[in-house]
Amino acid sequence: MTESGMNPGKYISHHLEHLTLNLKTFTIDNNGGFWTLNLDTMLVSVIIGLSLLIIFRLAATRMQEVPGRLQNFAEILIDYVDNTVQEIFHHKATFVSSLALTIFVWIFAMNAMDLLPVDFLPSVLSIFGVPYFKSVPTADPNATFAMSLTVFALIVFFNIKAKKKLLLKEMLTFPFGIWLFPVNFLFRLIEECVKPISLALRLFGNMFAGELIFILIAILPWWIQWGPGAIWAIFHILIITLQAFLFMMLTIIYLSMAHDTH
Amino acid sequence: MEITSIIGQVQGYSVLAAGLLISFAALGTAIGFGLLGGKFLEGVARQPELGPMLMVRMFIVAGLVDAFAAISIVMGLMLFYAENNFLSSALAAARSSVGA
Repeated sequence: MTESGMNPGKYISHHLEHLTLNLKTFTIDNNGGFWTLNLDTMLVSVIIGLSLLIIFRLAATRMQEVPGRLQNFAEILIDYVDNTVQEIFHHKATFVSSLALTIFVWIFAMNAMDLLPVDFLPSVLSIFGVPYFKSVPTADPNATFAMSLTVFALIVFFNIKAKKKLLLKEMLTFPFGIWLFPVNFLFRLIEECVKPISLALRLFGNMFAGELIFILIAILPWWIQWGPGAIWAIFHILIITLQAFLFMMLTIIYLSMAHDTH
Repeated sequence: MEITSIIGQVQGYSVLAAGLLISFAALGTAIGFGLLGGKFLEGVARQPELGPMLMVRMFIVAGLVDAFAAISIVMGLMLFYAENNFLSSALAAARSSVGA
């Protein structure tokens, strides 16, 4: 624990507090209700997204016959994601690969913020008078729900685009036939609405869990912290990659399901 | 005296709830991972050339199995270590009744 004179409960709840901007009065406080903007989530995710964009852009502009390290790395990533998309998604849509690549790389980078020491960014920023800072954007349900709702909008769009009039028929007659159409319709609605919720909550739950366990490790006395910290960090490298991969994979699967007709 | 027993009761139930949250999540994922790993090994033993593909699929399912258990475990850990909301609301109610 870096700040002495704080009991563990206070320390944990201090670390679970967002830096929020009240959009009604444009002050840093927590009384905005719905009109509250989580500045820390916003800043970190946008900065990460922009820097990834710049890095990939650099790799693209400095393309050479004999690839350098950066270009190799970018090519491996793009090839891998593209192969995965080809395996699952059998329809014509050029942008699914780029969507999948964006999701994978961005979520991975945002999850990787978890591997910074829990007190590093908050204590550096507290020198400049920032009261709270949560450095992992994906440990905030707002960020994960924003991404999953975007994917949901795409699913709805592709359902309509790929099936047109058939969509209504499918919603009413699958799986039980036309005479049970209210049940079919209800089933379909539930099935579609569960997708964004489970996508968002899965990512959020894992990242929040990881962060909280890092915070719990930070409560331990300083001479023992490295042990559980190292073990959990190594395990967490697997989890962050897996969750980013899973979000990408499920997005592709859902989009391909939107194209398939029953 | 009564307030002490109420606090004790709230704390006791919270500890039970936290224990159940952690243990059942662990139990569920343990069974899930056992089945998953066993089936994966069976599949690879039957057709070794499918190993890499099955491995990827296994990790996808592992992520699905793992996810909601992690939420449950963390809820349990929060009850154990962070501030117990049930207890603080009980204390607040007690304080207001004493003050009145």
